[in-house]
Amino acid sequence: MARWKPDMRDAEATPERLWLRRRDFLKLGAAGALALGWPDRTPAGEPGGATLAVAKRAALAGGEALTPWDDVTSYNNFYELGTDKADPARNAGSLRPRPWTVTIDGEVKKPVTLDVDALLKRFPLEERVYRMRCVEAWSMVIPWVGFPLGDLIRQLEPTSRAKFVAFQTLLDPAQLPGQRRAVIEWPYVEGLRIDEAAHPLTLLAAGLYGRVLPGQNGAPLRLVVPWKYGFKGVKSIVRITLTERQPPTSWSRLAPSEYGFYGNVNPDVDHPRWSQARERRIGEFLKRKTLPFNGYGEVASLYAGLDPRTLY
Amino acid sequence: MPAGASRNRWLPAAGWVVVLAPLALLAADAASHRLGANPIEAVLNRLGFWTLTFLALSLVPTPLRLWTGLAWPLRLRRRLGVAAACYALLHFSWYLGVDQFFDMQVVVADVVKRPFITVGFAAILLLLPLAITSTDGWVRRLGFARWKALHRLAYAAALLGVVHFAWRVKADRLKPTIFAVAIGLLLLARLRPGPRRT
Repeated sequence: MARWKPDMRDAEATPERLWLRRRDFLKLGAAGALALGWPDRTPAGEPGGATLAVAKRAALAGGEALTPWDDVTSYNNFYELGTDKADPARNAGSLRPRPWTVTIDGEVKKPVTLDVDALLKRFPLEERVYRMRCVEAWSMVIPWVGFPLGDLIRQLEPTSRAKFVAFQTLLDPAQLPGQRRAVIEWPYVEGLRIDEAAHPLTLLAAGLYGRVLPGQNGAPLRLVVPWKYGFKGVKSIVRITLTERQPPTSWSRLAPSEYGFYGNVNPDVDHPRWSQARERRIGEFLKRKTLPFNGYGEVASLYAGLDPRTLY
Repeated sequence: MPAGASRNRWLPAAGWVVVLAPLALLAADAASHRLGANPIEAVLNRLGFWTLTFLALSLVPTPLRLWTGLAWPLRLRRRLGVAAACYALLHFSWYLGVDQFFDMQVVVADVVKRPFITVGFAAILLLLPLAITSTDGWVRRLGFARWKALHRLAYAAALLGVVHFAWRVKADRLKPTIFAVAIGLLLLARLRPGPRRT
């Protein structure tokens, strides 16, 4: 007997939440078109890839419109997949984010090496809408999916010597062909103070727009620290190490006068080569004022007593 | 009909095609949404790229004649130079009017405080008198020797343009290096005269 077989799983259907927001995408596109004086902008594509089960949602970007999926996934700084903004989306096919092993070690009582999906099962996934401010003075509003890094750190029981957290991107020129050229020293490394890492805003992201993170955005696991410049958001993480001493970070190693360890968004401290006072929100014509800590002023207490001018 | 005569006819037309093609391509990409998520930055970067490209191309005919005796490219030299100046002005106008939306305070601060913008601005200031004096009338008025000496400012503009590009990029110096090598070689090729033809 012939039976009707669905050719599409539930997981493949557009989530209702996004379907209901489809007009917002169109509006954003139309606003962009008006602003640019061009007939219309790239039609906003629907998010693609497998969906993630999200337990909680928090909109933490002051109700600002989301940057369309197409823009978030086609305009990326991920030098391991090429140094032009469009390169990572073009070259992401060489990155194989599953299976993927992550090691968390160093100054913890319970170091682990585990599969990324096993890691993701340990924590309820949350959607967090954050502003993302690049050091190059452009910004986006992105609905990340992930879990607070602090939850992971607490679970592994840091020793009393744990003062910093070091992160490392995969080193594999076959998967990340940009590593064949020493544009910067590979692998990409980043770091946070442990109190920054444990702050409830700090996220380990595995998705965006309710979908599994695309390669160009740092699949399968990346750091998101919304009050810091985007270069702090290390992508395609293979190792997280708690340390006693401040770890080296890629951009400050390359150009210490331009990029510091902290990378806190600060409109009053210019990058030596350009002003940080304003930023261009992707999709907008006029630049907008950059907010201190990218609008996340609640983290200011982490830096009490420190000169904000030294926190670039 | 001698070969030169037919070349006389197609050469100016080909010159126009070459100098206008990047603008046509830009317009086509804008119309079909191929400028990416940050079209303002994409246009700025492309105009800068073509400024340097035409500056480099305008330096080709002279050494080419010196080394191979090929003379007809010299007839394109002025058009390539004027194109470079026009793309430079478009690049600056886009930065001023679109990227910064005439925020003069920011622009002045940029030109004064940001070395990469300072040298880029200097390059444009050097190209302006060259564009203005590019007509036959100005060649006559100045006399060819003086005109030629003045137009050697293009060398300085090209070098400043490369410095502007190199100081702008964050880490990947590949493209500025290619321009630096190409322009460096084109300048060096003028120093040592090749087999002179009389």
